[in-house]
Amino acid sequence: MLKSRVIPCLDVKDGRVVKGVNFVGLRDAGDPVECAIAYDAAGADELCFLDITASHENRGTILDIVQRTAEACFMPLTVGGGVRTTEDMRKLLLAGADKVSINTAAVTNRQLVREAAEKFGSQCVVIAIDARSVAPGKWEIFTHGGRTATGIDAIDYAREVVALGAGEILLTSMDKDGTKTGFDIPLTRALADAVSVPLIASGGVGNLDHLVAGIREGHATAVLAASIFHFGEFTIQQAKQHMRAQGVNVRMD
Amino acid sequence: MKVAIIDYESGNLHSAHKAFERAAREAGIAADISLTSSPEDVSKADRVVLPGVGAFADCKRGLARTPGMIDALQDAVIARGRPFLGICVGMQLMASRGLEHEVTEGLGWIEGDVVAIEPSDPSLKIPHMGWNTLDLQRDHALLKDIPTGENGLHAYFVHSYHLVPRSTDSLLARTEYGGPVNAMVARGNMAGTQFHPEKSQKLGLGLLANFLRWAP
Repeated sequence: MLKSRVIPCLDVKDGRVVKGVNFVGLRDAGDPVECAIAYDAAGADELCFLDITASHENRGTILDIVQRTAEACFMPLTVGGGVRTTEDMRKLLLAGADKVSINTAAVTNRQLVREAAEKFGSQCVVIAIDARSVAPGKWEIFTHGGRTATGIDAIDYAREVVALGAGEILLTSMDKDGTKTGFDIPLTRALADAVSVPLIASGGVGNLDHLVAGIREGHATAVLAASIFHFGEFTIQQAKQHMRAQGVNVRMD
Repeated sequence: MKVAIIDYESGNLHSAHKAFERAAREAGIAADISLTSSPEDVSKADRVVLPGVGAFADCKRGLARTPGMIDALQDAVIARGRPFLGICVGMQLMASRGLEHEVTEGLGWIEGDVVAIEPSDPSLKIPHMGWNTLDLQRDHALLKDIPTGENGLHAYFVHSYHLVPRSTDSLLARTEYGGPVNAMVARGNMAGTQFHPEKSQKLGLGLLANFLRWAP
């Protein structure tokens, strides 16, 4: 049986992890590769790097990180942040990323989604959607790290990118992100039910029940979290044991 | 022992290469593992690996683009019986035909077609993406000492199509996703995995080490 995935996400800026990572025995908690190895050993189902590097000059550092991670971790790796062209994608895939997530560039240039799927296959095209509630049962997508409103309906957009070849949706609720009050379940469920591809829920996880709710009530196929894992509040194993106890099928290898 | 991983510009070859190196190191197997786009290297290799990510037709075209590569593969695997492992689309290419988008001829090593998976439950998502267990159809050296079944180890899958062999004799393992999905094929000196052993942590590294030890 296919298992629900638990995905820790690391924010990387100019080659360093921002938002601290608190693992016992880590020599350098700011080194993304060390963090990746720790999560690999802890039984994470996938790992996500979000490159929030400010200057374009430092973009090359993420390629080096991806390459070193892929040498040491034998689990799927998704990389996002600042991806604008299929050439950006190609570099990340060649460095060892399995999937690349595209956010703003897919909104401004929908053809990029089609081009990426045709070139590399849908399985490595993840479309990241940042959405915010604008009315009951209605959500709008935001770009540029959630700063720019677009007027585009999140559900319409999700359907559109899937039709263009997106293989997975990474959905972040702007309303919930950082609040630790749980996923935006109505949003997650509405989007997950609207598309035929897997959906990763993100934004708002504060405890382990939130992970369960993302899968069971939100209909997500994977749950992504950052701070609850980074700060050592919970381990990946604790998260999975809790999910399993609540009837969610997870991998315990 | 020389192991050639065929580089035809498809997918995460870096990961496959590194995973093989680690599997060999951990199992104490002396192996010279190289990524290569040279048919000569394939001819000289003791073992051949064909990875692959993407669409069937694209991968077939990629393989055909290197002059002499398909001949070298046929010679090494069919004529000289070198152990062969196909991964994901590399496994699918072993079939007679691929039916993704268009009908494309495969290598024809395993009689059968590559067709879309159709889960009985329409709410199940496509691609079949994530970790799933293996249901063994028979014993095989590649799965030696690897726990399978519902309580066994997991393999990482990401695919929308699978190889359906004409004869069930070639089917080694299945997985469950709204009905049976074919996960591994094997015939004589060749085997293929629909999942990605290079991304499957414990199960994957164990399988790659078994492949390096395999004496079909």
